[in-house]
Amino acid sequence: MTRKAVIQVEHLRKTYGPVVAVDDISFEVYQGEIFGMVGPNGAGKTSTVECIEGLRMADGGSIRVSGYDPYKDRYAMRAHIGVQLQMAALPERIKVWEALDLFSSFYPHRVNLDALLEQVGLTEKRNARFANLSGGQKQRLFIALALTHDPEVVFLDELTTGLDPQVRRTMWDMVRKMRERGKTVFLITHSMEEAERLCDRVAIVDGGRIVALDAPDHLISRLGSEMRVIFTVDGAPCLEKLRTLENVTDVRQVNDRVILSGKGDALLSSVVAALLENGIRFRDLHTERATLEDVFLQTTGRAIRD
Amino acid sequence: MSNLLKLTWVETKLYLREPGIYFGLAFPLVLLLVFGTIYGNAPNAFLGGRGSLDFYLPAYIAMLMIANTCYSLPMTLINYRERGVLFRLQATPLRPWMILGSQLGVNMLMTTLGALLLVVAGRLFYNVHVTISMLSVFLAFLLGMLSIFSIGFLIASIVPNTRIAPIVGTLLFFAMLYLSGATVPLKLYPQPVQQIAEFIPPTHVIRLLQNIWFGASWLDYGADILVLIGVLFVCAFASSKLFRWR
Repeated sequence: MTRKAVIQVEHLRKTYGPVVAVDDISFEVYQGEIFGMVGPNGAGKTSTVECIEGLRMADGGSIRVSGYDPYKDRYAMRAHIGVQLQMAALPERIKVWEALDLFSSFYPHRVNLDALLEQVGLTEKRNARFANLSGGQKQRLFIALALTHDPEVVFLDELTTGLDPQVRRTMWDMVRKMRERGKTVFLITHSMEEAERLCDRVAIVDGGRIVALDAPDHLISRLGSEMRVIFTVDGAPCLEKLRTLENVTDVRQVNDRVILSGKGDALLSSVVAALLENGIRFRDLHTERATLEDVFLQTTGRAIRD
Repeated sequence: MSNLLKLTWVETKLYLREPGIYFGLAFPLVLLLVFGTIYGNAPNAFLGGRGSLDFYLPAYIAMLMIANTCYSLPMTLINYRERGVLFRLQATPLRPWMILGSQLGVNMLMTTLGALLLVVAGRLFYNVHVTISMLSVFLAFLLGMLSIFSIGFLIASIVPNTRIAPIVGTLLFFAMLYLSGATVPLKLYPQPVQQIAEFIPPTHVIRLLQNIWFGASWLDYGADILVLIGVLFVCAFASSKLFRWR
């Protein structure tokens, strides 16, 4: 089955004077998927997306969004996309409903704004001024503003940064609902967790290039060690026996913590059996699944924390 | 076009929610009432036989333009740029000229409203001179607004942030207020200052309005008109080159 590409990016390049923000990036985003772009701050995510949104002119390569050239045909294209920008604001004294009403008037068709307010949980804040909203409420309003015209593609830049966990989950549910309705969602985030939970496919960006692009679980399983067993030991017991176990790829000891990496469903039981067999006393044993964070670490040799 | 009108309407509501605005609108009206009460509008030989309010009303109207072009217009644009409002509006199908046009629109609207208040109050309380040449006055008023507000766009293009904006705005406000004859008749200044006044655009707005108001021919004030058109073109061109959206 070939899927329809709504966004096609080929050899995109963007520089700011001597600084190369986007070196050479190519990818496609398919209709109806949640596509994620992750990477540390300064990796080139926002520059890439701003070129796709027609807010910046690319220095090289080509981009198509629903058939439009996003820079040359920017006004026509923007009727089809919804944008939530990372660095955006509204006039301080504008009311929530005024902002929605205003933004929706820029587009040829609009959704029911009361229903949209309800969806983002801002019905009670309808007459509140922008300046009096909390960070989370502002964020939800920006998401609503991206959806007033029922766009085919929605760009969400740092969707849940600064939101509390409960609101975060509500946002994630909203994004999933957009996908259910056949919309394409382009998510830009530096949260590996968010990308992993939400995205159908993820592009990991570093230094202006895509270093990996696939479904999150494919990326993780390709690591070769998708699980970690972590436990605490007393003293410095001999752990050589553990290294020789099948499916174990690495054993490290940091003070009294042992971190064992490996793969396969039988990993945990074979590790525990080996510990008991060799009389190694252990406590606080738990397992961790590998995450996109580990994928990033392996592909770039660095932790994503900036 | 409907986008422009909608944006201008919302900006008008926002303008009226700004507490400082009433000061801008009310200040010239208060001056009119205070000086009208003190001096009345009796014919005055020093002012060429006109009443002092006949003379000052155009100056108060220019004062409204000066206040808006030094404060409201650039401050809003600089604030919008600094906070990312302009950037967010750019991500919509709105054309850039509509975003700027709405700011011009709201300031023209509010200045016109302030000017109407002045004329109505002047007429009601002090029998200020109002003639059928008011259409001509209105055209001169429009030209004055476009010219003076182009300075506001240039300020918004040059001043980088909202910390500096009030300083620049205040300096220009008082320079334009005192060197244009908006407060003190230019005749009272020494000659060199009168020459400096010729470089202050509102001087030409006030001279044009004061004379068109009493039925003078446009042709006699061609120099003032040319200066105002020149200011408009230079500021609009410079702004188009220097304006930053973020």
